[in-house]
Amino acid sequence: MPSILTEENNKSKVSIIDGTRRHLLDLDDFSRDEIELVSKTSDAMLEVLGRDIKKVPTLRGKVIVTLFYEASTRTRVSFEEAGKLLSADVINVSSSGSSVEKGESLLNTVRTLQATGADMVVVRHHHSGAPYFMARNLESMGVINGGDGWHAHPTQALLDVYTMRRHLGSMEGRKVVIVGDILHSRVARSNLWALALEGANVVLCAPPTLIPQEFLSGKHLDEDHPFSHVKIETNVDLALDGADVVMPLRLQLERQESGLLPTLREYSKMYGITRERLDLANADALLLHPGPMNEGVEISPDVAHGTQSLIEEQVRNGVAVRMALLYLLVGTTKKEELKAEIQ
Amino acid sequence: MNTLAYYLIKNARLLDSTTGMDQIGDILLYEGLIEHVGEPLRDGDVPEGCRVLDGTGLVVCPGFIDLHTHLREPGFEDKETISTGVAAAVNGGFTTICAMPNTNPPMDNAATIEYVIQQAAMAGKARVLPIGCVTKGSEGKQLAELWEMAQSGSVGFSDDGNPVADAHLMRQALAYSGGLGLPVIQHSEDLELSQGSPVNEGWISNRTGLRGWPSVAEESIIARDISLAELTGGRLHVAHMTTAGSVELIKTAKQRGVNVTAEVTPHHLTLDERWVLGHDRDGPIGGPLGLEAYDTFTKVNPPLRSPSDVEALISGLRDGVIDVIATDHAPQTVIDKLVTYDDAAYGFSGLETAFGLLMTLVHKERIDLMKLVAKLTVGALTVLGDEYSHLATLRKGTTADITVFDPTKDWIVSSERFISKGKNTPIEGVRLKGKVVMTFVAGRIVYEQEKMDE
Repeated sequence: MPSILTEENNKSKVSIIDGTRRHLLDLDDFSRDEIELVSKTSDAMLEVLGRDIKKVPTLRGKVIVTLFYEASTRTRVSFEEAGKLLSADVINVSSSGSSVEKGESLLNTVRTLQATGADMVVVRHHHSGAPYFMARNLESMGVINGGDGWHAHPTQALLDVYTMRRHLGSMEGRKVVIVGDILHSRVARSNLWALALEGANVVLCAPPTLIPQEFLSGKHLDEDHPFSHVKIETNVDLALDGADVVMPLRLQLERQESGLLPTLREYSKMYGITRERLDLANADALLLHPGPMNEGVEISPDVAHGTQSLIEEQVRNGVAVRMALLYLLVGTTKKEELKAEIQ
Repeated sequence: MNTLAYYLIKNARLLDSTTGMDQIGDILLYEGLIEHVGEPLRDGDVPEGCRVLDGTGLVVCPGFIDLHTHLREPGFEDKETISTGVAAAVNGGFTTICAMPNTNPPMDNAATIEYVIQQAAMAGKARVLPIGCVTKGSEGKQLAELWEMAQSGSVGFSDDGNPVADAHLMRQALAYSGGLGLPVIQHSEDLELSQGSPVNEGWISNRTGLRGWPSVAEESIIARDISLAELTGGRLHVAHMTTAGSVELIKTAKQRGVNVTAEVTPHHLTLDERWVLGHDRDGPIGGPLGLEAYDTFTKVNPPLRSPSDVEALISGLRDGVIDVIATDHAPQTVIDKLVTYDDAAYGFSGLETAFGLLMTLVHKERIDLMKLVAKLTVGALTVLGDEYSHLATLRKGTTADITVFDPTKDWIVSSERFISKGKNTPIEGVRLKGKVVMTFVAGRIVYEQEKMDE
């Protein structure tokens, strides 16, 4: 059993449940109960999203800043929308057009945001660990990791697992195959934590040049390693056999340029999720993609827009999950009150 | 008041690996030389006007020699100056330090070498032996004027911070400097393989999403350079080696008789990659990251390695595969470190913590005190040559460069108290046992923690 599931490692000092969690940096310190609470709250938020007038006053008077050092559509827009639907004031700061362009340091930027009285900052940064650096230098403002380097993208993983659970119920023993650029993928890393908590069997599939050396060497199989439940399979056809969930990852052109791949063309032929390949998985296997897609490279258009695709549902669920997270992290009211509020 | 007088340290443990001396006794210094060492002096033999110090519970050994110090001057005086650097050195028990040439301008010509020697002479305290660049501007394209720098006092050549990447150029460097009888000190890093990554490749890179610096990026350059040293007969010194594989390479090369020596830093002997995670450093690897994770004060090049690498380095040091301990003292400003891990500058301010950190190995009985002292003193002669042997011994009649330490003194690392301008230490707040209390250079007290008069 992966050590993350043992009781000792599951004891977090902070929790969303009792309101002691101020930051959301990764899922490595999440408990199963917290995922459960996020799921339940997301259900309620989905209901709000389905209304004609989809706005609740829950976070009225709260200020949320999105601080994005990297391009993003999904994450930034869904956080902005989530905050606004909860009646928070949402301010978007990007590296261009702000003092970041004048060379202001990350530390001074976030301390400035804190000084303006913002309650929460959602940050996307190209350097792994940037949200940790920010969080340890802040006293009152919370930090949500909207993706840091190759490290983590916890809100994406929560929405992925939420989406899977809505279709599969429990993830216990389900086979989830993540195909693509694992080495550089913060989405894959955060999903490993979330899926471990949910008891899923995870298979990572990619050419060896896109798999972390630690996985290639099998060192993660040690019993006390948190990812000892992860299997590596470089042959995609074998990997897909019996899969309940298939998740191709975006393959960036720069991987070809930096010599990790001969060509995108060859990658697409070897690893692209096509109709034929998807048929190797279980008949009703779910297809997820964290976006943005390179259609025709890691996924063929007919599959991306086919009946098994949950890609647009992921986006919609992403708004609900981020509403839930903002509510649970920024909101002062307790979850029972939320229930009353939205009914 | 503090010049050319008599000093007597009584009742100390005298430790000298060059003579095998390990006894409680007295040591008398006069006019810069060791006048007597060994048996206690009778009261009648104590010279008039002699300052007598009580050495009870203390150890006296030859002054430490550091082959690898970044003094930053000229060019980066906000990080360190020669004056603050030598003061930090004697605080840490180092009486001789070798200055690395990655200054601005780099020490790639006789004039800059002479400038450093001059500044050091004005600063006093520790002896400074400059190391010149291997290549012009440290750019790895064309040999610097090695002979002229040697004439000016350069004791070896290094492009440290950068490797000499071009194999052909490295061959010429080894051949040419071999003709001068001086070593090429190589920072062994294949930049194509390391990609300038900030942490060890393996568990820590996968866990943190930071790019990984694989062991093979060090080992492939060491293997290549060993072959080139064998071919040219030149003298290769491997700076700050860090991996188990490197220990094996050096070991077999030495068995073949290749003219190669190797150094290891105090931090690579005592800290491992888990420190990157901050508080989690001793915990199970599956534990969650805390806010202390991505501690930029743990960023150093080469990176902190795995626990098994650390074990191999300790064994290599004990078995004699590794000749010498060198600090790689690399002072940085706080601003250089108060950024993301990727943006942070590399390096530890090491002169003032080196000895305390190394004593953890002695207290854990991983290495005996005599061996440790040897690796901090006479070990450096394998690179500097025997002309400096008078600085690394307690023999009667030799230069009185002496370090006095308290092997059991408890203290807590506080960078605020460093003399070095570099406050960048990964072990802030860590409790260490063992501290230098007094340092003599040429028979003069250059550092004294507190008055120790009898």
